[in-house]
Amino acid sequence: MGKFFAIIVVIIAIASAYPIIAHKYVQPEDISTHGHAIDEQLSDTMAESGFAFLGAQFVLAFFVWRFTARKDGTKVSHLPGGAKLMVVAAFILVGTEVLALGVFGQKAWASVYFTAPKPDDLQVQVQAGQFAFYFRYPGPDGKFGPLHPDKIDEGNANFFGLDPANDVEARDDVVAAELAVPVNKEVHLLMHAKDVGHSFYVRELRLQQDFVPGLDLSLHFTATKPGKYEILCTQLCGLGHYNMKAYLDVMTQEDFEKWMKEKISEQ
Amino acid sequence: MSSTTYTPVAIPVAQQARTRVNVVARSAADGASRSGVWVAIFAITMSFAAFTSALFVREGGSVDWTHLVLPPILYANTLVLLLGSVTLWMASRAVNAHALLDSHAVKTVMGWLIATLALGLLFIAGQYEAWSQLAAQGLFLSTNPNSSFFYVFTGMHILHLLGGIAALVYLVGQLVGSHTTFRRAAFHNTAIYWHFMGVLWLYLLFVLRTKL
Amino acid sequence: MQEASPAQVHAPPTSFLRKHVFSLDHKVIGLQYYGLALAAVTLGMVLSWLMRFHLVWPTVAVPGLSLISKVGAPGGIITPEYYLSLLTMHGTLMVFFVLTNAPFAAFGNFFLPIQIGAEDMAFPRFNMMSFWTTLAAFLVLITAFFIPDGPPISGWTAYAPLSAIGSDAGPGLGWGQTLWAISIALFCAGSLLGALNFISTTLDLRAKGMTLMRMPICTWAWFITSCIALLAFAVLLPACLLLILDRTAGTSFFIPSGLVVSDRLQPHAGGSPLLWQHLFWFFGHPEVYIAILPSMGIVSHVLMASMRKPLLSAKVIIYSMLSIGFLSWMVWGHHMFVSGMNPFSSLVFSFPTLTITIPATIMTLIWLGSLYGANIRMTSASLFSLGFISMFVSGGVSGFFLAQPSIDIYLHATYFVVGHFHMVMGVASIFGVFAGTYFWFGKMTGRMLNETLGKVHFWITFIGTYCIFMPFHYLGLVGNIRRYSTFVDDFMGPLMPLHKFITIAALITGAGQLIFLFNLFHSRFWGKPAPQNPWDGTSLEWSIPSPPPWNNFGDVHPVVYHDSYQYGVKGSKGDYVMQDSPEQVVGG
Ligand code: HEM
Ligand SMILES: [Cu+2]
Ligand SMILES: [Cu+2]
Repeated sequence: MGKFFAIIVVIIAIASAYPIIAHKYVQPEDISTHGHAIDEQLSDTMAESGFAFLGAQFVLAFFVWRFTARKDGTKVSHLPGGAKLMVVAAFILVGTEVLALGVFGQKAWASVYFTAPKPDDLQVQVQAGQFAFYFRYPGPDGKFGPLHPDKIDEGNANFFGLDPANDVEARDDVVAAELAVPVNKEVHLLMHAKDVGHSFYVRELRLQQDFVPGLDLSLHFTATKPGKYEILCTQLCGLGHYNMKAYLDVMTQEDFEKWMKEKISEQ
Repeated sequence: MSSTTYTPVAIPVAQQARTRVNVVARSAADGASRSGVWVAIFAITMSFAAFTSALFVREGGSVDWTHLVLPPILYANTLVLLLGSVTLWMASRAVNAHALLDSHAVKTVMGWLIATLALGLLFIAGQYEAWSQLAAQGLFLSTNPNSSFFYVFTGMHILHLLGGIAALVYLVGQLVGSHTTFRRAAFHNTAIYWHFMGVLWLYLLFVLRTKL
Repeated sequence: MQEASPAQVHAPPTSFLRKHVFSLDHKVIGLQYYGLALAAVTLGMVLSWLMRFHLVWPTVAVPGLSLISKVGAPGGIITPEYYLSLLTMHGTLMVFFVLTNAPFAAFGNFFLPIQIGAEDMAFPRFNMMSFWTTLAAFLVLITAFFIPDGPPISGWTAYAPLSAIGSDAGPGLGWGQTLWAISIALFCAGSLLGALNFISTTLDLRAKGMTLMRMPICTWAWFITSCIALLAFAVLLPACLLLILDRTAGTSFFIPSGLVVSDRLQPHAGGSPLLWQHLFWFFGHPEVYIAILPSMGIVSHVLMASMRKPLLSAKVIIYSMLSIGFLSWMVWGHHMFVSGMNPFSSLVFSFPTLTITIPATIMTLIWLGSLYGANIRMTSASLFSLGFISMFVSGGVSGFFLAQPSIDIYLHATYFVVGHFHMVMGVASIFGVFAGTYFWFGKMTGRMLNETLGKVHFWITFIGTYCIFMPFHYLGLVGNIRRYSTFVDDFMGPLMPLHKFITIAALITGAGQLIFLFNLFHSRFWGKPAPQNPWDGTSLEWSIPSPPPWNNFGDVHPVVYHDSYQYGVKGSKGDYVMQDSPEQVVGG
């Protein structure tokens, strides 16, 4: 039974590692300026933990193969070096890994969260509600009109609760159901939750951030490749959660200006 | 595979140690109830740490925090509760002074216990009065965050205090009637718990009073 | 006036009710917990089948399901909201009623007093109350299936404000969510009573000679776990009370102002959704150690009897468990890297999280290194213990990814997380429970489990769980979101074959568990009678009959002369010396 166990463990270990080594399941192409740092971190970690995974499973298999129901009649014995060796090994192995990943890994995090948005960035407000995202651009005046939750009226397409009758800044605000942005331009997202918690996730941007009701957060990114990408809600928000998505449309500067003009004329 | 049966061991040390269960159980069970009380106090402290840190987070991060003016009767109540600790302490002194409780000592202990019980009940009545006063000002559980926390803290404290009251009643019950028995361990554990209730109340009062 | 000596812990039970139902006997209570966990795991597993089935065959009707919920599964076809109900109930049942009850409450109750040589728990009445409170919690939770708007849909984490607003936020969030919160509050109360008992018992009722360091590793694990449980449930209980107040009394602890839900401006103001997350995960992370530590203890205990030698160092295992217990209080924020808390806190939380892998690695290396030079007896219990090590490694390495905030930006809320926690917490700790069951069933019931069925059960479960949960990691790497009831996005097409594979593996693995259930019931009545010490074990449970008498050790109090693991020595009965045998230990 020991040999059988060993063989199965080895097969499982190799079969588990194969799809990873063969790059069968990988993250989609990165289209952000900060994403490569995250990807690098991910593949470093994959190498290190893959090594640990295979090593541990093989050692387990080998020892079980070798030391099950021994007929050689020798007494049980102990690994030379004993517990001390194990403790030292753990500290060295994991200690270096912790340092390497923990310390150097902070760079990737910092590039997302600890850099200030540029002053000339494109500001867009995104509102998450059950079960749709809406995006608001400040319009020609560059200012967002204030929100009035009591004025929200989906029937009349007043998704944000704007009051153009009284608020001058709100009159030229552009509201859209997709996030159109120019390529290679920094976008500054102002995140607002209408009802419960949601999340903003774009795989290709390597970006995920929760919406917290009552707490308006912000996020900034630069997309480097034109195209349409899914924006998904990743925070359980109710029965329509699985279907809550919108598109990020990365365009050239000219296309974006055209798009914006059209939107303004529609308002 | 072999199976073994429990065979009495044959060396003298072991013989000595094979004492009857209930003799061993006595001190062990008393010890366990003593650590039980401390463990319970630990858990209750943790719970109220959670409650009060909720208050700090809630107060720190909000714009709708209106600070409550605490009804002055709370300070009278505090005195009453602390007085209860003093009377219980007197009872402890009486218990400790007598290795065996004679009928005179029983009377003394019982007197102090009943005084403590009465003060405890008076405290609860006083807290109820504080609630009525707040309600009269239109401050209910859901009126504003501070009143919410006020009712929750005082309510939870009284809930825990009721445990102490039950223990006091049990102790008094043990002292009346001839067939009953008195357990010192139970008495001392009740005392520890009761004093803790006083400390806990002081802490809650401090938190409710403090403006961040 | 007479002063009494306290009564014996309790008198022998006489009536049927006292013996089997409202029993004060820790062994009966342990069995009751085991039965409850068995019911919960069966239900939880069936729910996971339904979820997996729905994910890959969303339009195929499940026969009979419409009888349970006409609204949730009209014509047997599961609706998206019913998927979320199944998800919530599955997670809640598994985490609370299986992983807390089986390895900790069930085995701990049965064996902790025996292994320290005590007659019963310190507070048998509290012990009985703790089981009945937990049972009440279970019944309250199950009731949610039978109310008109069904079980809650907010997941086992019940994030506010979704869980706090009420039925405006969706189906199941009315009474269903309230029942959930009441159930969890009751569960906390029951667990607190249990933890109190475990701690006092361990501290004060140890037999003569049973020093702390002589206690078996699993006793240590239950002891450390009860210390963690005491603090963790003491925090979740207030959180649940506040949630209940938000839901029923109009307070605003977790609900901010200006929320418009179902076109209604909610009458709440100023509350903090993140407050719920902090309170929940302050409990939630320690909870995963509540689930895994007892299984680590059980596996260590079983392994030594299988290997016929002690671990390289029991002390190091105990110290590692202590440091895990200690560190578990500093890492809750790793569940909240992208939750909107201060990004500096994320970095702060990631360090203790990475550090906690050091004691975990030490334990793994000790288990592995101890196998060297062993003479393993391959029983079902040994197989599950060895399988535990394999699973723990597989689930553990994925923790490295999630502990780094930058990688978590990409992997958070994907199936990678689902794969990680199922392996390291779910399957690994269930393997510990299986190992314990095959090891101790004879002691608990007086009958042995069938070993052949046990081995068949192991192979199906071991290979099956790998087939289910390893691919979850791949899905996550691609960016497959969790808690989705249907994959409507463009991305999922190419992943569907993998999803189908997982579902089929889950159905087969689930069917394999029927072998286990059959084995339990068959052996309970018709199994081989259990000898007193079938595995040549050394700890105190093997020095008393199977099953033990009501007061465990009869009229005598055991005396302990050695630490718990005198294996690989020359004893009068073979290669081991019992813990309560005064024999000198010869050779090693
Ligand atoms: C029969 C084997 C099992 C299968 C096939 C299974 C399958 C699943 C699936 C499909 C999900 C939903 C994933 C999603 O949509 O996000 C899930 C969630 C979950 N499972 Fe399991 N599971 C199994 C056993 C367990 C065990 C033993 C545990 C104990 C730890 C467990 C704990 C959970 C938890 C905590 C969740 C998360 C619920 C939530 O998101 O609120 N499962 N499981
Ligand atoms: Cu959502
Ligand atoms: Cu955690």
